[in-house]
Amino acid sequence: MWRDALIVAGKDLRIELRSKVALNQVVPFAAVVILLFGLALGPDRAALSPAAAGLFWVAVLLSAVLATQRSFAVEAADGARDGLRLSGLDPAGIFLGKAGAVAGELIVLEGLLSVGVAVLYGLQLTGGLVLVAACLAATVGLAAVGVTYGAVASGLRIKETLLPLLFLPVAAPVLLGATKAWQEALTGRPGAGAGWLGVLAAFAVVYVAVGIVAFGPLLEEA
Amino acid sequence: MAPAVFLHEAVVLSGRFPLLAGASLQIEEGEIAHIRGANGAGKTSLLRLCAGLLPLHRGAGFVLGHDLSLDRRSLRRQVGLLGHQSFLYEELTVGENLRYALRASGCDRRRAEPAAARLSLAGRLFDTPVARLSAGQRRRTALAVLLARDPALWLLDEPHAGLDEEGRHLLDSLIAGSRAKGRTVVLCSHEHDHAASLSDRVIVVAGGRVLQEPAGVA
Repeated sequence: MWRDALIVAGKDLRIELRSKVALNQVVPFAAVVILLFGLALGPDRAALSPAAAGLFWVAVLLSAVLATQRSFAVEAADGARDGLRLSGLDPAGIFLGKAGAVAGELIVLEGLLSVGVAVLYGLQLTGGLVLVAACLAATVGLAAVGVTYGAVASGLRIKETLLPLLFLPVAAPVLLGATKAWQEALTGRPGAGAGWLGVLAAFAVVYVAVGIVAFGPLLEEA
Repeated sequence: MAPAVFLHEAVVLSGRFPLLAGASLQIEEGEIAHIRGANGAGKTSLLRLCAGLLPLHRGAGFVLGHDLSLDRRSLRRQVGLLGHQSFLYEELTVGENLRYALRASGCDRRRAEPAAARLSLAGRLFDTPVARLSAGQRRRTALAVLLARDPALWLLDEPHAGLDEEGRHLLDSLIAGSRAKGRTVVLCSHEHDHAASLSDRVIVVAGGRVLQEPAGVA
């Protein structure tokens, strides 16, 4: 399973490096989202700072939808999805590989976006360890949910609209936990933020476990 | 010796529409079978069933000893399908696609270059992204994947389509070579005379069923 995951993740990341869709489309999209939030809430940094954590994670959540759609778009071209099924790769390995590649892209995005949020909203990124741990746990959860539902949606003609409808409600607990962890860390209470890390880790474990079990049947049925 | 493909009254559905409506068929190991039939007769569905891509709704089916009702996944590594689509990743080069396919199916990656060379894809083309290839070169790349994997069962759906004269000769020689190695080949083609000249027998499909073999061809 792990060998197959490495093969799939390597292939997906190589395709991403070659096409630069995440760099040229997902990162600018996330930057525009946080810029628009800034415009909507006004230039008052005192109003922006308390909302910064939530705005950051909403931008990450929306970007995760795009990254997931892209991950399955490469399988839709020229029958590659059937090729994936014919390869004989372990479905759990395919799931872990695709989720790992999406998670890797999201981690890079979060690094760039956190700098953008700090500059635009005038934030000081305190509580670094909690921020990083929240990013890691939340990203694993988001990638796992995204890839699981990506498999459901990818075989359907209405996939572009169906994926966000399936993904966003299930990812809401991750949004909540990550926002709370960041808020606590950014307001100088990293201890309180650490409490939310457990919640995020629990969701990540559950989502990954569900994905490992469900991905094979979903890939066959969709 | 068990047949490479055995189907008895096989029914395959797409929703409620029958793609195969009780197909019965037996193809022996090492045999080259040409399946012919009109558009929509069920030729592609037959190949996809044999590849383990379609579930068997009713009837019995065994391919390379794998029961299609129970065990389609482990069959897939032993089967190679050349369909209307190439199953290639456009952003990856010819070489990267070949190496990925070989690693995914548990084969030695060093088979990539000889297979590419055999299909005239060595040199600059080997490092060219598939997106920049012509339709014929993509077809050759898909064939190179098949050759490198060297599966026990070759399922070829209109394999000559899109190939130039040299490519067609190459494909014919690959089919002849697979026969020499004892591989089983199931070939669907509208080029009846050409396909029949490569095959041991001809099987006619119509309305999702296998008809009698035509007189004088088998």
